This record gives sequence, C-alpha cells and structure tokens, in this order.
Amino acid sequence: MTEPVLALSGLRKRFGALQVTDNVSLALAPGELHALIGPNGAGKTTLVHQISGMLKPDAGAILFRGADVTALSPQRRARAGLARTFQITSTIASLSVLENVALSAQARGPRPLALFGDAARDEALNGPARAALEAVGLAGRAHVSAGRLSHGEKRALEIAMALTLEPAAILLDEPLAGVGREEGERLIGLLRSLKGRYAMLLVEHDMDAVFALADTVTVLVYGAVIATGDPAGVRADKAVREAYLGEEG
Amino acid sequence: MSATPAGSLADPAPRRARLTVAVALFGLLAVLPLAVQFGLPSHWLTLATRAMIFAIAALSLDLILGVGGLVSFGHAAFIGIGAYGAGILIAEGQGEALIALPLAIAACALFAAVTGAVSLRTKGVAFIMITLAFGQMAYFLAQALSAYGGDDGLTLQQRSTLAGWDVFADRTHFFYIVLATLAGCHFLIRAIVASRFGRVLRAARENPVRVAVTGYDVDRVRLIAYVISGMIAGVSGFLLANQTEFVSPAFMSWQRSGELIFMVVLGGVGTLHGAIIGAFAFLVAEDVLSGWTEHWKAIFGPLIVLFVLMTRGGIDGLLRRLGGRGDD
Repeated sequence: MTEPVLALSGLRKRFGALQVTDNVSLALAPGELHALIGPNGAGKTTLVHQISGMLKPDAGAILFRGADVTALSPQRRARAGLARTFQITSTIASLSVLENVALSAQARGPRPLALFGDAARDEALNGPARAALEAVGLAGRAHVSAGRLSHGEKRALEIAMALTLEPAAILLDEPLAGVGREEGERLIGLLRSLKGRYAMLLVEHDMDAVFALADTVTVLVYGAVIATGDPAGVRADKAVREAYLGEEG
Repeated sequence: MSATPAGSLADPAPRRARLTVAVALFGLLAVLPLAVQFGLPSHWLTLATRAMIFAIAALSLDLILGVGGLVSFGHAAFIGIGAYGAGILIAEGQGEALIALPLAIAACALFAAVTGAVSLRTKGVAFIMITLAFGQMAYFLAQALSAYGGDDGLTLQQRSTLAGWDVFADRTHFFYIVLATLAGCHFLIRAIVASRFGRVLRAARENPVRVAVTGYDVDRVRLIAYVISGMIAGVSGFLLANQTEFVSPAFMSWQRSGELIFMVVLGGVGTLHGAIIGAFAFLVAEDVLSGWTEHWKAIFGPLIVLFVLMTRGGIDGLLRRLGGRGDD
C-alpha cells in the first residue's frame, strides 16, 4: 500500500462530558475518495475541524504528507496543501466569483501579500482562477458577487477555491447539503470528475452519492469508527446496518 | 459592517467613479487659494488646511476600519505621536522635516506594531476597548512629559522646514503641501486596497476563517494594515502640529479618536474618499455651528445621529442614491 497523504491516529476530542471524537484512526491514500458517514451528531464535522486545524484534538496525531501537523495553525496546514470546504458554505460574499478563486491562486503564488499592483487585473491570478471556474461550470458567473450565487453554485465555487490551491488533499464537509436535485447531480458529476486526481475526504449524508463515488467508506457513530472498508463491505456490515443504515431504510 | 460597499472597491466601475470624485475634490481644493485671492475670507483656507490634515487621519483609519473591519478607538494616539515628533524635535533644535517626519513615522510604526500585536489578539468590542486603552496610555504618557510642557502642552517656536526652506510658514505654501500629502496618501491607500494585500484584508473583514484556511495569516495581514494606518496618521499629526504651532495631550484624547470614527462613518465607511468628505463635513459643521452658539455640541451631536440614521452609507451613500446608481 502506498504512503497515505493524510493519516489520523488515535484522535480524541471531548466537549465536556461528550466524547465527540473517540480514538479515531483513518488513512487517506493519494487519489482516494474516502467517504465519512454517520448519523447526525456522530462527530463528522468536529473531526474535519480537527484535521483542518480549527479545533485542537485532546490526544492523537494528524500526519499530513508524512509530517506531524497536529500543532499547526489552519493557515500553515493550508499552505502545506490541505484544502477544505465548509458544511455551511464559506465564500467572500462581496467579492466577485473570480476574485474568490483568485484569492486562492494568490495564496499559492509568489508574493501573496504584495502591497502594490492591481490584483483585479493580474493575469497570473485571473488565468488559473478562470480555468478553475471553467472546470466547475461557473465560467459564466465570474463577475457576479459570490453572495448572489445560488446555493449549489456557492458549493461549486468553494470547490473551485479549494482546487486552485493545488492541494494534496481536500476535505469536503457535506458538499451536497441543502442543494436541490438538479444542482446536486451536477455536483456529484463534478466530484466524479475530480476522482483519482485528488485525495478527498468526503463527509456526506446523501447515501446514493456516497456509494456511487467512494473508494472507501468509514462509518462514525458517537465519535468512534465502527466500520471501514470498501462500499459493498460497509453496506453489508451488520453493526453499520444496526447503527445507521437501517434507519435510512 | 460587512454590508459596507468596501468590497466593491475592486469592481472597476464604482472604483473609477470614486476616483473621479476624489480627483474632483482635489481639483476644487487646488483652486481654493485663488478664491481667497478673489475675496473669500482667508479663514476658509485655514479651515480647509485643518480639514485636509484630519482627512489624512480619517483616511488612514478607514483603511483598518472600513477596509479591514477593525474598529480602532485609539487612532488619535498616532496623531499625537506625529505631532509630538514635530514638537519635540523643534524644541530640541531639529526643525528639518526630512529628518523629523521619518522619525515621527517610525515612532508611530513602532507604537502600532507593539499595541497592534496585543490588540489584534482580541476581536469586536474587546478590540475597541483595548485600542481605547492604548490610546489613553499614550495620552497620559504625554501628560507626564513635563520636559515638553506636560499637561499644558508645548508651543512650537517655529514651524518645520523642508530641505532648509521654511515653506511650512507660508499659509498658501503650507496649504499646497498638505493638499499634496492628502492626495498622495489617498492614492497610496487606494493602491494598497486594490493590491493582493488589500484583497486579503478585505476578504478577512468578511470571512477570516475562509481566509485562514486558504493559507493566509489573518493576524499578520491585519497587523501590517494597522502599522501602515498608524504611520499615515502620524503624518497627519506632524502636519497638525505645524499648523497649530502647538502640541498638547488633548491631541490624543479619546474624544479625538471618536471624532475620527465619526468622520469615517459620516463620509461612508470603506470608500476612502468618504473619509475625506466626512472630515470636511465634520470640521465645517463644527466651525459654522460654533460660530452661532457656544452650545454647538448640543446641536452637532443630534445632527450627526440623525444624519447617520438617515443616510445609509454616509455621504457617499447619499450621493450614490441621488446619482441614481443606488446602493446595489
């Protein structure tokens, strides 16, 4: 097996009496689409926050590209090549769609904080940004403020922002949540087109999407991993059916 | 504050419109000394010079408040440091602006770097309170400067010179120096807002978490903006000391910091030229009202409250609506 891009080992996090992350270990291989599922309150988003650096685990280690990043700030992890999207879409509403993506291009390029030169006309930033918008199907919306996009378009924009960082791994926190069927299908198509090119950790409630896309599925219940493996194996797992899938019918 | 038009500073059309307003303003100001030649009371030249000096400070505040979303309630400290820089060096026999101004600016940068590094650990109301506290600290420090007048302040024996030339002493020359400095600061801040750095600062006002997970150190970006802002406010203080030929701790009072915020809000937060318009509106209103009655503050206060309530986006917002362009 190849060296994983991202490896969690023995991660624990407690909010008061509640164990939200209970000894979680998992590995994300290069190019793998790894889905993380579990009932509401299973601690999926909390886990993503710990991986991206917004929350500190109480114990355990996060290895990213072979280095221990457990103590690093979110911005240091992002610069190391870890991108993420949010369960509640997180874009810069007043900036144009193109500028939102250019903000990512700028972070990757030289002199990201240059004090002079008109950033809005900088082709070194706009070029890659336009290409990313093309890839997610937002090319026609480049000059609209991000705040005016539809919910599904915002989701696509967030993915474009993540891709432009040229990341080694992407954490996708419920990219389909609250999205209508039509836009959802477009997003699933987009994720499928990214498969194999990026290592992705996908938190998702939409089981059809998960089982259609994932190479590996990990099931989290009460903060603990109860099963992990290929989709067919997880679907057949008795504990999973009892704890979770059964409720879904 | 996230609904301010600052984000649209990056859109080409309003950006150009704003540039036009600013250039027209500077053009109008440039002919003011001519109007004085043709009979306008020279008092207006003095008032306009004072307004331009405060406009520089208000502009610098707009960079962090309007563009960066950081409400600093201690900005007058930088005016005071710049002013004391001019005053103390003149008292020590160093009246050359080419030496004194860089020193004053450096002192502001240092004060901003230290107080900013501490203040930026906090957010929202805590940030307002801690910048206020640092401002008051500078105020009491100035009061304790007994060698330089302490509480009574320090009278400047002369104005600064520029490369040995006493160009600051002539009212019209000084007016043009201040105008050129104001225009220079405006274009400098405008360029910074449009730059890569400015884009990150604007984005962080709205969504610091997104900016952080994109790989930027938000605190560092804000600290740099805070230092730049403090340095520019220091320039305004240096000029103010030269105009009034007097420096006192009152330059850094918290009321003064509040007035600067008023100017920015009055003119239109995050628009840059709004800060200039706000400074003029504030000082002209103050001048006119205080000519009518000594209780002018009782009129001025409610007037500002009414104005801010009734014109969303300040004077800039009002002009935009009158111009039919709406406030999108």
